[in-house]
Amino acid sequence: MVRVRLSAAAFLALLCLGVAALAVNFPALSGRIVDQANVIPAETRTALEPKLADLEAKSGIQLVVATVTSLEGQEIEPYANELFRAWKLGEKSKNNGVLLLVAPNERRVRIEVGYGLEGTLTDALSKVIITNAITPRFKAGDFGGGISRGVDDIITVLTTDSSEWQKRPSLRLDDPSTPQIPSWLFVAGLIAVVALSIVSPGFRWFLLGMLMNSGGRSSGGGWSSGGGRSSGGGFSGGGGSSGGGGASGKW
Amino acid sequence: MSWEAFVTKSLSRVGSFFTALVLVFALSSCGYNNIPTLEEQAKAKWADVQNNYQRRADLIPNLVATVQGYAKQEKDVLTSVVEARAKATQVKIDASQLSDPEKLKQFQDAQNQLSGALGRLLVVSENYPDLKSNQNFLALQSQLEGTENRITVARRDYIEAVRAYNTELKTFPGVLWASTFFRSNKPMAEFAANDNAQTPPQVKF
Repeated sequence: MVRVRLSAAAFLALLCLGVAALAVNFPALSGRIVDQANVIPAETRTALEPKLADLEAKSGIQLVVATVTSLEGQEIEPYANELFRAWKLGEKSKNNGVLLLVAPNERRVRIEVGYGLEGTLTDALSKVIITNAITPRFKAGDFGGGISRGVDDIITVLTTDSSEWQKRPSLRLDDPSTPQIPSWLFVAGLIAVVALSIVSPGFRWFLLGMLMNSGGRSSGGGWSSGGGRSSGGGFSGGGGSSGGGGASGKW
Repeated sequence: MSWEAFVTKSLSRVGSFFTALVLVFALSSCGYNNIPTLEEQAKAKWADVQNNYQRRADLIPNLVATVQGYAKQEKDVLTSVVEARAKATQVKIDASQLSDPEKLKQFQDAQNQLSGALGRLLVVSENYPDLKSNQNFLALQSQLEGTENRITVARRDYIEAVRAYNTELKTFPGVLWASTFFRSNKPMAEFAANDNAQTPPQVKF
């Protein structure tokens, strides 16, 4: 009997926790350049990294270059989309991430564009970059050259639109802080609420309803991984998402 | 009523109030809000699906005009695209009709017909080298490919959202809420993952 009750409780707890989503075996987001397939020469990497960091510092756009050894039997489009979402590139509120994915073994390349940049780096422009800058060099076996030209072109497209390129005002530090309520007023309010709820049943229901509402809103949000962008040593996505914008190519 | 009696009574009232309070938080943390939240999510995903199909429909007049400039003699194919587009844009589903499988099937069929007609148009355009190298056509083609891919993603997201919502309606603890407070909430119709629509029209050069 006790055991049944215990297992039921455990089951309930599991339900309330929710089930974590599982995904394909994606490489870890170890930096702005994730070279799992090991095709990017060291000098290209050292030349590219500051450019990518600079882009994010100036415009908030997270551009990540990734090469993978295998698409795990998928087409590159769904793979790139899932990888983008797993890495959460771009800021959560702006979805301004771009992923340049290269699968050398499948001979496929894709530029996956976050929701927020679809208007700037359009499908047609992505295709032009792939066919003009990237695939001709890949065909010749020059992965470093293709990738760095591709990245340059992507950055050019992203930064020619002045609205994206304008340095973000550093206003986010001084949020309008919530006005300070004197502590005695707070205590007085609390006493009033308790007193009212003792005296009037109607007020109790009102309060109950209000709490129900606010409780609902907070639990509806769920646990999110937060929209903060990392600074300093580590690098991580900012919570952005993509809806399949961009273009792909093969060589 | 003596002072003492008043105090005990008030205390018990306060006690029951706090019990109710605890109950409220227990409820909201144990899934009272899940059904409406998941329902809204699924509806939002549906809006995405519909927007992306609309986006495809918006590209078509331009595409047809471009192809017409080079391949006037392909009248049949061009007309079938225009007709399929007209039909597909007429079938709209608003969020309240999502639980109606019949309606969803109509939408699906109309869009599939358009996919088929578009595929034929792209195949036919292979025969016209001038058209194939036309910049405008290339741009339209990549936009069309991108849109097909967005449709695939949006459909996948919608199917996922519907699955979560329907599961919530049928499983514990959601089933408790579904059979009490949310009795009017019906499961949404599954969107058949259809192979035709999943794969974008293949274009080879």
